[in-house]
Amino acid sequence: MEFTTTGALNEDGIHVDMDRLKKGEVNLGTSIMAVTFKDGVILGADSRTTTGAYIANRVTDKLTRVHDTIWCCRSGSAADTQAVADIVQYQLGLFAMRNGKPPTTQTAAAIFQEICYSNKDRLSAGLIIAGWDGRHGGQVYSIPLGGSLHKQSYAIGGSGSTYIYGYCDAHWKEGMEEQDAVDFVKGALREAIKWDGSSGGVIRMVVLTKDGADRHLYLPDEDYKVRH
Amino acid sequence: MPGFDFSNYNRNAALHARGVPLPKATSTGTTIVGCIYDGGVVIAADTRATSGPIVADKNCEKLHYISPQIWCAGAGTAADTEFTTALISSQLELHSLSTGRKPRVVTCMTLLKQHLFRYQGHIGAYLVVAGVDPTGTHLFTVHAHGSTDKLPYVTMGSGSLAAMSVFESKWKPNCTKEEAMSLCSQAIQAGIFNDLGSGSNVDLAVITADKTTLHRGFVKPNERSQKLKNYKFKRGTTAVLNEKIITKDDIGKYVSVHELEATEERMDIDP
Repeated sequence: MEFTTTGALNEDGIHVDMDRLKKGEVNLGTSIMAVTFKDGVILGADSRTTTGAYIANRVTDKLTRVHDTIWCCRSGSAADTQAVADIVQYQLGLFAMRNGKPPTTQTAAAIFQEICYSNKDRLSAGLIIAGWDGRHGGQVYSIPLGGSLHKQSYAIGGSGSTYIYGYCDAHWKEGMEEQDAVDFVKGALREAIKWDGSSGGVIRMVVLTKDGADRHLYLPDEDYKVRH
Repeated sequence: MPGFDFSNYNRNAALHARGVPLPKATSTGTTIVGCIYDGGVVIAADTRATSGPIVADKNCEKLHYISPQIWCAGAGTAADTEFTTALISSQLELHSLSTGRKPRVVTCMTLLKQHLFRYQGHIGAYLVVAGVDPTGTHLFTVHAHGSTDKLPYVTMGSGSLAAMSVFESKWKPNCTKEEAMSLCSQAIQAGIFNDLGSGSNVDLAVITADKTTLHRGFVKPNERSQKLKNYKFKRGTTAVLNEKIITKDDIGKYVSVHELEATEERMDIDP
């Protein structure tokens, strides 16, 4: 590890340089989103992972399963978000075994918030939690950097999201059919990938309904038109 | 006062703040790769270890044993890759013994990522984890901060860009063992020739369901050849003005002389 001479010496003689601490970390400079529709929720993400200017993985899966029909979109540090998602996956698995029934999306989101808030100084994780449960149907929660929890009808996140606030606001409709919701997510992520240099690659989607999880994959080779 | 003494830490911090550079660790500026094929997985590495601009070892081993069917290629801080893989190898062996099952690659990857995440990147181990277990063939990368990736072909280290260019232009799905071995070898050679941090030989390991074959020095593109000239002077180049012979017994009068068994241990020097 290289040692630089940036950062100030503290009065107690301890040298802390925040810029140095996480140098060379793998980042998910990302475009992620999740939307509710008539029968459930859809999560969507690009597939670019970067270390500085280098693309460490061009086909990353940023949509992570934490329970059968509760998934999350990860943005920020790859290491941090994977660690958090792994802990929540364990907690929800334990929850299901102890209670004999699957957890609700709200429960999952609350566990995510607990971890993100109590470790807010150490984590750089922006998460969107989306899930389907028998009681509430499809729901979307977002947990931005500070560790707050927001229930939304749709959520966007990552560096690419800044480019699509207008697009999403203009095209969003409550209670869409599945195909319309898929087209909405795909259209928004296409714009995010187009304008954000840190986003790119394929578009991955997961559709969560009473029937479980259904995966979609769209490639740039076919202009994101054909489902694989 | 009992406990640790942090006065040297404070001294170093004060010196550092005034512009004195801190000491450097030996780093393996490295090229390591991995590639899945139909029926197994291949991993490969170069053999150069560096300490700043100095080549610390011309033929080091960067392929680490985890279990008979799981191997790791390591980049980053040499000591960290060595000890992290050894630690997880040991934990996995005990886990295998207590469960009575063969160790799995995902278990190895999870142990590694949780260990590295706990140390927040201060353990500078960048690893390619590959192996075959009862669930199938697997290939992962693990970064020092604890993030992991799962891909059909991977590269890491300072030569990863050169190596990845080979994979991105030549890789195709469903390749044979020979094709995978050749591809990995070419990728490492791209690192050896185009990256200053990588060099010397190609080490390569092939892991299949029934056996692991380690090819130490799979390709040696940098063998030392005979020098065209040497610095040996002909006998009699220097004139002898006088000569005095002292026997061993005579020396014994002034210093103590011990007889030692002659052991052959030649240094790597010019002939």
